[in-house]
Amino acid sequence: MEEEINRICSNGSIIRFHEVSKIYPLPGGDVVALNAVNLDIEPGEFIAIMGPSGSGKSTLLNLMGCLDTPTAGVLCIKGRNTWGMTDEELTELRRDHIGFIFQQFNLLPLLNALENVQYPLILKTGNRECEDRCREVLAAMDLEESLYSHKPTELSGGQQQRVAIARALVNDPEILLADEPTGNLDSKTGTAIMTLLDDLNQHEGKTIIMVTHDPAIAKYARRTIRIVDGRITATEG
Amino acid sequence: MHSRMFFDFARRNVRLHWLRSLLAVLGIIIGVMTIVSIGILGNSLVLSVSDSLSTVGDSIIVIPHAGGMGFGGGGSVPELISDRDVEQIRRAVAPLVTIPVYSGSSRMTIGNEDTVGVIYGLQSDDIPILLELAEGNYLRGSSSAMAGARFAEQNDIKVGSRITVGDKGSLRIVGILEERGMGFDINPDSGIVVDSRWFEDAYSPDGYGLVIVKVKDLNQIDEVKEEIERQLNRRETVVDVIDTRAILDTILTAFGQISTFVTAIGGISLIVAGVSILNIMLMSVTERIKEIGVLRSIGTKRQEIRRMFLYEALILGLIGSGIGGALSIFGGYAVSIVMLQTTEYLFVPSSLIYIVYGMAFGIGISLLSGLYPAWKASNLNPIEALRHE
Repeated sequence: MEEEINRICSNGSIIRFHEVSKIYPLPGGDVVALNAVNLDIEPGEFIAIMGPSGSGKSTLLNLMGCLDTPTAGVLCIKGRNTWGMTDEELTELRRDHIGFIFQQFNLLPLLNALENVQYPLILKTGNRECEDRCREVLAAMDLEESLYSHKPTELSGGQQQRVAIARALVNDPEILLADEPTGNLDSKTGTAIMTLLDDLNQHEGKTIIMVTHDPAIAKYARRTIRIVDGRITATEG
Repeated sequence: MHSRMFFDFARRNVRLHWLRSLLAVLGIIIGVMTIVSIGILGNSLVLSVSDSLSTVGDSIIVIPHAGGMGFGGGGSVPELISDRDVEQIRRAVAPLVTIPVYSGSSRMTIGNEDTVGVIYGLQSDDIPILLELAEGNYLRGSSSAMAGARFAEQNDIKVGSRITVGDKGSLRIVGILEERGMGFDINPDSGIVVDSRWFEDAYSPDGYGLVIVKVKDLNQIDEVKEEIERQLNRRETVVDVIDTRAILDTILTAFGQISTFVTAIGGISLIVAGVSILNIMLMSVTERIKEIGVLRSIGTKRQEIRRMFLYEALILGLIGSGIGGALSIFGGYAVSIVMLQTTEYLFVPSSLIYIVYGMAFGIGISLLSGLYPAWKASNLNPIEALRHE
C-alpha cells in the first residue's frame, strides 16, 4: 500500500491529485466538494482554476495549501504523500514550500509592511536579523522604500497586494497559491499585479496556481482548469 | 528568536486594546493587594499575639482537678491545692522553683472610689521570679501591696497610695508592676499582689488556687509534667497539669488557621480577576479569528498560536502582579496601622513573603485564565477562520 502511494507520488509532478475526494459531512447530508479528482501539476506551470461558486475550486486550492486533507485518495506535494502527516508537518510544509496570496490581501494589521514580510521568515529561521532579505523582496515588488514602515491600513490595495506577494515569496517557496489575487483591485492595478506574477513564473520558475472567475485574468495562465460540481470538466492550454 | 516575536505580538495586542487590558490589570492589582494585605495582617497578628504570650512559655501550671464536670459527675466545686500537695510538687520537681499562688478577688477602695480587682497572694521571695517591677519596690513586710499596671492606671494609683481591701484592712502600695499582658498563670494587670501571710490572715484559705513551676529548659517540660502527675495523681486525679507552651502552640495554630482562611477569602478576588482575563482573552480570540486563520495559512503552528495568547495573559499577569505587589507594601502598612496600631511586624521576612506569594498567585491565575482561550485559538480550523469576517 505504502509502496503504491510512493510510486504515485514519485512521477515528478510538484502537485499530484490521485482520485482525491473531499466530503463535508453535514446534518442535512454529505456534501461532496471534490469527487475523485485526478490532476498533475508540473514544476514551473502557471495554472488558472475556473468554475462557478460552490464548484470546489476553493477546496482544491485549500488541499494544495495543506490547509485541509482529503477524505479519500492520494495528494502528493513535492513528491511527498500528505496522508497521515501531523498538523505540525503540514504547517511546516506550508511555511517552507507554499506561498499564499489572498483576494483580501490579509496582511497582519498590527505589523508594518516590512514586518509583515519578515514574519514568515522569522517563523522559519527564528532569526530576527533578516531585514536585508525582506527589503530585497519588497524592492523586487516595486514598492517604494518610504512605505516599508507603513501599516497595512495606510497602504492602497495594490500596495497591500505587493506586500502580500512579498510575504508569500520571502521563504522562497516553489509553489504560489493565489485566490482571486486581483478581485479587490481596479483593472489597472490588477494588470500590474498579474504582470508581477507572470514575471515570477517566467523568470523565477515559480509554480503558480490561481483561482479566478475573470477570463481576462485567466489568460495570463498557461493552462486553465475548469471545475464543475467537484469534477474537472475541461483542461485548456 | 521565535518567542521574542510572539511576545512582541502579544505586547502589541495588549497595547491595542489598552482600556480593557487596563481593566483586567486593575482586577489583578486589586486581587494581589487584597491577599497580600490580608496575609500580612494575619501574620502580624500571629506575631503580635505570640510576642505578648511568649513570656509565659516556660511555665508548668498545676491547678486543682476539675473533676466531676461532664458526664456522670456531680458538678462539685474544684478543691484547692493543699500544703501537702505543694510539698509533694516541690519534691517532685526539685531543684526547679515551685511557686504556690493564692488567688481571689475583692471590692477595693482607693480614696473615695470603689472598684473590684483580683488579689494574688505570693511569698515575697517568689515575686521577683514571676513579675517585673515598673516603679517602686517589691514587697517588704506583710502590710504592703503591689498594683498591676492597668489597675494602677485606671484607678490613679501611685507608689505610696493606700488601698482598702474589702473589710480586711488597708495596704500601702510600694510598687507598680510592669504590664504583663495575657497569661495562663496569673493576670495581675487588673489587680494587686500581696504577701501570702497577709492573704492567709485575711481569708484563711483552704489551699492554693494554682502552683506555678518555672522550667529552665523547655525540653524538660514533658518530663517535669509527667513527674508531677505520677506523684500527685497516683490514686485519684487530684490536679491537672497544664504546660503553657502547648497552650501557646494551640493558640498560635488557631490564629494561623484563621489568617490562612481569611487570606483564602482574599484569593477569591484574584480568581474573579482571573475570570476577567479569561473574558477579555476570549473576546480577543473571537475578534481575531480571521487573523488567526491568516497566521495559520502562512505557516504558524498550533503551539505557536497557543504561545502567542499565553504571552498575552502572562503580560497582563506580570503587570498586574508587579504593580499589585509594589502597592501591597502600602496596603500592608495601612491595615497594620488601622488594625494593630503598629508596623513593627510589617518588615519581617514572614510578612514580606506574602508579597512573593501574592505575585506568584496573580501570575499563576493569569496564565491559567489564558489556557482555555489559547487552546481555543490554536484549535480553530484554518479554512473556517480565514473565511470568517
